[in-house]
Amino acid sequence: MFGRHGRGLAREKEKAKDSFGTLLRLLTYFKPFTGLVVIVLVLLVCNAAFEVAAPYLIEIAVDQFIVPSGVEGPRWLSSIVSEGSSLASGLSRVMTILLGIYVLRWFSMAGQGYLMNVMGQKVLFKMRTEILDRIHSLSLNFFDEREAGDLMSRLVNDTQVINQVFTMGIVRLLSVSLNLIGIVVTMVSRKWDLALASFAILPVMILTTTVFARRARKAFRRTRETIGEVSSELEENISGVREVQAFARERQNVAEFRQINRANRDANVQAQTLTSAFSPTLDVLSNTALAIVLGYGGWSVVRGWATVGMVVGYMAYVQRFYRPIQMLSSLWTMFQSALAGAERIFELLDTEVVVSDALDAQELAPAQGRIVFDHVDFHYKPEEPVLRDVSLVAEPGQTVALVGPTGAGKTSIVSLLMRFYDVVEGSISVDGQDIRGVTQASLREQMGIVLQDTFLFSGSVMDNIRYGRLDATDDEVIEAARLANAHDFVTRLPEGYNTDIGERGHNLSQGQRQLISIARAILADPRILILDEATSSVDTRTELLIQRALDELLHGRTSFVIAHRLSTIRNADQVLFIDQGEVVERGTHATLMEAGGKYHDLYMSQFRREGQEEHEAVAAGVDPRNDGSKPSA
Amino acid sequence: MKHLLRAARFLKSYRWLALGAFVCLVLANGASLVQPQFTRLIVDRGIREQNMSVVIWMALALIGFAVLRSVVNFAQGALMARTAQGVAYDMRNELYSKIHALPFSYHDQAQTGQLMTRATSDVDMVQGFLGQGFLMTVGAVLTMIGSLVFLFVTNWELSLVMLVIVPVSFGLFTVIATRIRPMFMQVQQRLSKLNTVLQESLAGVRVVKAFVREPYESQRFADANQELYDINIKIARTMSFMFPMVFFISNIASLAVYWIGGGQVIRGDLTLGEMMSFANYMMMAFWPMLMVTMVIAMISQAGASAERIFEVLDTRSEVADKPGARPLPAIEGRVRFANVTFRYFEHGDPVLDDVSFEAQSGQVIALLGATGSGKSTIVNLIPRFYDVSDGQVTIDDLDVRDVTIESLRSQIGTVFQETTLFAGTIRENIAFGRPEASMDEVIAAAKAAEAHDFIESFPNGYETNVAERGVTLSGGQKQRVAIARALLLDPRVLILDDSTSSVDFETEQRIQEALKRLMEGRTSFVIAQRIATVLNADQILVLDKAKIAAQGTHEELMARSEIYAEIYYSQLLHAVRTELSGEPEGEPVGGRPGRVPEGAMRAAMTGRGPHGGPPGRMPHGGWPRREGPPRGGPPGQGGRRPRKPERKESD
Repeated sequence: MFGRHGRGLAREKEKAKDSFGTLLRLLTYFKPFTGLVVIVLVLLVCNAAFEVAAPYLIEIAVDQFIVPSGVEGPRWLSSIVSEGSSLASGLSRVMTILLGIYVLRWFSMAGQGYLMNVMGQKVLFKMRTEILDRIHSLSLNFFDEREAGDLMSRLVNDTQVINQVFTMGIVRLLSVSLNLIGIVVTMVSRKWDLALASFAILPVMILTTTVFARRARKAFRRTRETIGEVSSELEENISGVREVQAFARERQNVAEFRQINRANRDANVQAQTLTSAFSPTLDVLSNTALAIVLGYGGWSVVRGWATVGMVVGYMAYVQRFYRPIQMLSSLWTMFQSALAGAERIFELLDTEVVVSDALDAQELAPAQGRIVFDHVDFHYKPEEPVLRDVSLVAEPGQTVALVGPTGAGKTSIVSLLMRFYDVVEGSISVDGQDIRGVTQASLREQMGIVLQDTFLFSGSVMDNIRYGRLDATDDEVIEAARLANAHDFVTRLPEGYNTDIGERGHNLSQGQRQLISIARAILADPRILILDEATSSVDTRTELLIQRALDELLHGRTSFVIAHRLSTIRNADQVLFIDQGEVVERGTHATLMEAGGKYHDLYMSQFRREGQEEHEAVAAGVDPRNDGSKPSA
Repeated sequence: MKHLLRAARFLKSYRWLALGAFVCLVLANGASLVQPQFTRLIVDRGIREQNMSVVIWMALALIGFAVLRSVVNFAQGALMARTAQGVAYDMRNELYSKIHALPFSYHDQAQTGQLMTRATSDVDMVQGFLGQGFLMTVGAVLTMIGSLVFLFVTNWELSLVMLVIVPVSFGLFTVIATRIRPMFMQVQQRLSKLNTVLQESLAGVRVVKAFVREPYESQRFADANQELYDINIKIARTMSFMFPMVFFISNIASLAVYWIGGGQVIRGDLTLGEMMSFANYMMMAFWPMLMVTMVIAMISQAGASAERIFEVLDTRSEVADKPGARPLPAIEGRVRFANVTFRYFEHGDPVLDDVSFEAQSGQVIALLGATGSGKSTIVNLIPRFYDVSDGQVTIDDLDVRDVTIESLRSQIGTVFQETTLFAGTIRENIAFGRPEASMDEVIAAAKAAEAHDFIESFPNGYETNVAERGVTLSGGQKQRVAIARALLLDPRVLILDDSTSSVDFETEQRIQEALKRLMEGRTSFVIAQRIATVLNADQILVLDKAKIAAQGTHEELMARSEIYAEIYYSQLLHAVRTELSGEPEGEPVGGRPGRVPEGAMRAAMTGRGPHGGPPGRMPHGGWPRREGPPRGGPPGQGGRRPRKPERKESD
């Protein structure tokens, strides 16, 4: 949006910082498959041997049978082709061996490909699982600092590249390298001068490849950056499409998108043009190599230094030699970006878990629900304190209302109680047990929360409510929905409780989504309840009904309530007025009103608005608007 | 396939580039066909006849020819890149525009991730196919035909080998491609399923943690992961066997040449050079075949991608400008609903059932009703976010379906229930609907929306960057930015949907002030949660069971609508209910509904009893908390029991 550049994947780095370390770590994933790895390696070596053997056999066929050169054949030949048999039958024998080698080569290739694929998929499976586990164990700090979309696209892309490398990259890289080695060794050992002639062009080729690779890397980095921008632009505007349409901004957006899209197109064109130059250049070079072999080989034959078959064989070698080199360079690029991806994934996997269970963490016994904040300090960044010296005691069954201006730290207090973050100073205890001494699972299992932002998962309404307690029966889910006053609207959805709710519950109103999230909390039946603006988005009539359900729910549970509606707060056993991270007033509604402090002022300002106009109106018996002057600011 | 042909139409705007690329391709392929002749000459005339000058000249010619061919190849690649990327560019633009044009009803169902995939990787797939696949296939087929011709001319006997190998391998390759096709589609599906779980784990991390659902999410993920693994293994099984087979067949082909051709050379029917060039042509004829098969495999994927793309592009946007729709002239703001019925799903229950009302220019219309009673639907019909199923909505007597959407919406300001801000600065966000607005206008709007002060308190002021989805601003701040955004449009018709949730009192008061200012002199539709707002309305529509249950001013409704009275009391109760032990006064003090004794009112306001006693006396018929529903019910309803939650609620 707003034509901003350099977001999204832009910060992706091309090369791993520590390629070797990353590679080693990546390889450790293959440890459980040591046996398979050995088999794959053996198959690779066989494959390389077959690769070398084929041109050699052809050479023999040419020199001994097709155009007999008079040069004595290798010793093994006499064991399969008896002296004096016809040229044609000799040719057939050699060709049969070649056929056998081709069949073996097929199977060795299939075997190595399959095994490598299986291993690769297993490793990826494990890696993905690790990623998710890590995401679950990270504290909220991590997510506060990152955009979900960015993180998401990184994970998806990175695993994808690694997938490619695992499924085809590694095998190709290894087999190509082995084949090259095999070919070089054979060529040099058989006739070193012809080999030298074949390799004459190699330095030029390596140089060209390196230069091209460097430029191509730059060009492709630019394509990735620009596609990242395209993606974030898309993401943002698809999720904000309602606003875009409401403000009739489509035209402007489309114009902005065109620009970003164009940058991506141009980057791609540039990168591909570069690639288009690359392979013809290599083509020229490999043809030059071929010409050199033919030229020098021809001269050698004329001089009687080499046989025709040898030249034919070396031509086959040269073709087999230079083609893989092109492949090698593209594989190398792919390999590098996979390493960079792997490094980023490892970075995520290595992210320190700030909030973790203590080694000797115990299960929190079913709580009575006595909660104590003891001089709690909290901040995300040291220079910006969020909570300062917050102390409170909530007796079992009490309702504590947190009141104060936006950004005062109310949500931080409940987040600390859930141990989404750890306190910086001081402590929080439940039933006298420091929450850092118990397992997070046992702590949170006893807490229910209804959040300001309702998040629904893709799946049915039933699934979403059942999220509160997975083993709940359908009847229990429906009962919870009834209590939350959600039952009626749910039954009217096209498929009732089985209706799929789209991403973020878009086909439900926000009020309906909130009702579902309340039903979820009701179903969870927690000992400690946290309501963070739980009923902010339902209309008053519905809220009243929910309120009754919540009253029922609150009964006998310790609850923390953040709300801006007066009634909830008035009913609380304790009211804490939070301002700039500190508890500035505390008491009950009555005592705070009596005290005439900030709470009183706030309350009055709210009340005046909600009550006074009406009071006046009613007292006067007329609609206040009818006096002609519309109330204005 | 038919989707791909449709996609090929995107090539039209690049036909000259594409043609150029094609010509280069033909030239390059022709050149490839000539090349083996050099090899043949070197071997037969040069080496065999021991003629050094032929060897050298031919070797040089080989190099020169390779250079020429490379130049043509490069030109082909560069032209192709421009063509294919141009197609991708056009497709993306079209998708993006389409996504913007699709109505709310589409976006209610669609998932962001899926739309994203279509605009990114699916487009790439189709682009790759059109660029690499399509053109290269044509080129490959040409090369194949050319080399077959050369083969037959050189030695028809040997060429018969090809007649066996070509159909066999072609059949095999096609089988592979058809087997792989559905698998790749499954991979795509399963991958996106896996990503959905991951995405939800990321976006809903608070809920996951709060309910200790990590194991559950992990299980969901593990299942999706396993499914993906299974299909990938299945592909691996097929592919790792089939692909080497391709090499095998090509090897068999060359083997046949050496075997049969070798025999011919022995008999003297063929020269060695001819045999070698024959082997070359064989490869030239064979590899294109492989490429064609790979393209066939690509067709399946690209076809699926094209299908997904066209699925979006073809979605008929029922909410679209009619042919000949005129722009809506500057409106007065008279909005009329005439017998409007609306259903989200074709055969579902109506969400609005035969609703009629008229809002005069400048009036404030308050919409009341239970959650899901259809309030939001009414306001969504005015800017034509949805189209009515029956009846019509008019503004200044013009049916909203007869005017252009852009002109309609640009005259309507909306403040949504949920505030979405975009990455960019605060200024850009306020100027969202009118990017050309001057800084002064932006500031004026922000001031009116009570947003100026907090914006100025940021170090960068209006240039402060709002992080994605507006996370750095508090809920109340976001809302005020959203109000400023609507204000800047200076619309004649205003829609406020539940716009003051999730903020504290003080902020809310500011917002209320801003809203009042915003509504002044505009036809405003307010989905109200507070009676205070309702009292100021010129008309109140009480919605119940998809119908307007009551309609009128506060006074009128108090006099005759039970539902309204009920809402009214629950609201009032809500506002002034106090906690302390005061006995609920069972009887209304005032006579007629809605009359609240002054004393009680003051008591509630000050927290003191009407006679200076302890606070907490109920002004009228409230029930203290934790005692369940009232026994007597609120006054003013003739002792009727209030609606119970179990009652089937209106929607």
